[in-house]
Amino acid sequence: MSIITNINKAFDHRIRLGIMSILMVNEFADFKMLKELLSITDGNLASHAKALEKVEYIKVEKQFIGRKPNTRYSATPLGRMEFKKHIEALENLIKKSE
Amino acid sequence: MTSSDYLNDIKEIKNLMNKSSRFISLSGLSGIMAGVYALIGAWFARQELGKLYATKRYLYEGGSYAGSNDITIKLLAIAAIVIILAIVTGIILTQRKARRNGEKIFDKSAIKLLINFLIPLATGGVFALIILQKGYVGLIAPVTLIFYGLACVNASKFTLGHVKFLGFANITLGLIATQYIGYGLYFWAIGFGLFHIIYGGLMYILVERTAK
Repeated sequence: MSIITNINKAFDHRIRLGIMSILMVNEFADFKMLKELLSITDGNLASHAKALEKVEYIKVEKQFIGRKPNTRYSATPLGRMEFKKHIEALENLIKKSE
Repeated sequence: MTSSDYLNDIKEIKNLMNKSSRFISLSGLSGIMAGVYALIGAWFARQELGKLYATKRYLYEGGSYAGSNDITIKLLAIAAIVIILAIVTGIILTQRKARRNGEKIFDKSAIKLLINFLIPLATGGVFALIILQKGYVGLIAPVTLIFYGLACVNASKFTLGHVKFLGFANITLGLIATQYIGYGLYFWAIGFGLFHIIYGGLMYILVERTAK
C-alpha cells in the first residue's frame, strides 16, 4: 500500500502526464502547442486539460491575441509539487521491481 | 500497470520535456560545413594579408598606407560571406533534419534558441566594431571568439546541451588569443574552423548516427 500512495490518480493517464510534463519546463503553453506536441485531437486535449484544471494542477487563461482567441495553460505550484511526487513514486516503483 | 509501463511513462515525460523546451534538430553536418567555410575564408584572408605585407614592404619609404582601408573592407567581406554561407547551410540542413524528425523548424523552441544565441553574439559583434573603430585591431579575434563562446553556452540551455562545450572551448581559446596579438587569424581558424569541424563531426557520429 505505502508504495502506491504517492501515485497520483490525476496523472494516471498518458495525455495528462504529457500535458504536465510540458508545463513543467515551459512557463506557458497554448492549446495549439500542446495539441501538436501530444498529437491528439482538440476534444481529447480539452477534456484532459479540464480534468487537470479541476484539481487545480494547471491554470487556464483565455485571452485574445489580436482577434483570435487564445487559450494558455500553465502549471500551478500545487501541480508542480504533485507532479514531482508522482515522478518520485514512479521511480521508486521501477527501482523496487528491478 | 507493470514496471515497464512506468519506465515508458518516464521516457515519454523526458521526451516531451525536451521536445517542448529545446530545439533538438540542429544538424551536426552544418557545424562541419561552417568549419570548412571558416577555414577557406581564413585562407583567403591570409592571401590578402600576404599581399598587403608585400606591398607595404615595397612602399616602406613612402609610408602611404594605401591598402589599409581596402584590406579592412576585403577582410570584412570575406567574414560576411563565410557567415552568410554558414547560416544558409545551417538553415537548410537543420530544416532537412527537422522534417525527418517531424518537427517544424520555426517552432517556439527554435525562436527561443535563436534569441538566446543572438543576444551575446550581437553584443559581441557591436563590441568588435567599436574595437575596430578605436583601432585595437589585435583584439578583434579574441573578442569575437569569446562572445561566440558565450553565445554557445547561453544557447545550450535551449538545444542539445553539449553545445556548451563548444562554447567553453571558444571562450578559452579567445582568452588565450589575447596573449598572442597579431596571430588572430590563426586563432580564428582554430576556433571557427577546427572546433566546428570537430564538434560537428562528433555530434554527427555520436548523436545522428546512433539515432538512425
